[in-house]
Amino acid sequence: MLKIHCPYCEEDRPELEFHGAGEAHIARPTNMAELSNEDFEKFFFIRDNDKGIVFERWRHLHGCGRFFNAARHSVSDKFIKTYKAGEKKPKLTKKEIEAVLPPAKSTPANEAVWTIEKEGKK
Amino acid sequence: MANALRIQPLEDRVYGNNGVILQPLEACERISLRAEDKAIAGLGKAIGLALPKKPGTSSEKNGIIAMWIGPDEWFVTAPEGTGLEAKIDKVKTGLYSAVSINHRNTGLTISGKNAVNALNSGCPRDLSLTVFPVGACSRTMIAKAEVILYRTDEQEFRVECWRSFSDYVWKYLMDAARSA
Ligand SMILES: [Zn+2]
Repeated sequence: MLKIHCPYCEEDRPELEFHGAGEAHIARPTNMAELSNEDFEKFFFIRDNDKGIVFERWRHLHGCGRFFNAARHSVSDKFIKTYKAGEKKPKLTKKEIEAVLPPAKSTPANEAVWTIEKEGKK
Repeated sequence: MANALRIQPLEDRVYGNNGVILQPLEACERISLRAEDKAIAGLGKAIGLALPKKPGTSSEKNGIIAMWIGPDEWFVTAPEGTGLEAKIDKVKTGLYSAVSINHRNTGLTISGKNAVNALNSGCPRDLSLTVFPVGACSRTMIAKAEVILYRTDEQEFRVECWRSFSDYVWKYLMDAARSA
């Protein structure tokens, strides 16, 4: 079972106590009513969805109930660190990133399931 | 004159087998307490014990128990007739919210030499005494049900859950006990 460190409970807890809550560090516009449709779409729907290091919001739903942020690798699923909501995006060291890289090539976790060019095909 | 009779959801049940004993809790007072820092001292004074500030810990005095649930959240419980709500009502310092949840929640105790094994079949938490000692408490999961787990003794836990989940939790733990 994947264990996730909750920065509020200050311990590693089983993943099933948590709930993912999308990309972190998105600045909400303060002038929502004045936005063009394109700008609204960009803020509201468009996410980076990177393959690699991602910064995400998580909620310790079945624990302390708190939202917090996490730096994670979206292919290996390994967490680098978690930090409290409102704290700055941490600067990650080379060593921290290398520690969460997925296994070498030709493992299922590393292969693209589909690409845009060959959409739908394996 | 007609009298309304309060029936607990796990009323009259008892289970004991294979080193695991399940018993429903008696009716009691339960408060879900949320409070900002400024209110904590006054609330503690009103209830009669200091609200714990360390994650996963609890404090107990005269049958009143306060469990740390989150950075601004406590689960407070006391025997029937304690009058927790009235005590808390007197606090005028700081922002807080106290919601009585004694009709939403019910509880059971699970005890015996295989209690930890039975719990662990549905709850992936480390329940060793070093990590989860007597007095430790936490909101967590037992299988698909959210619960508050509170260790009352080396081999005894209190399990609090929503009353509509209690039949499921009871039967799950009973099943787990059989193979503990
Ligand atoms: Zn937590």
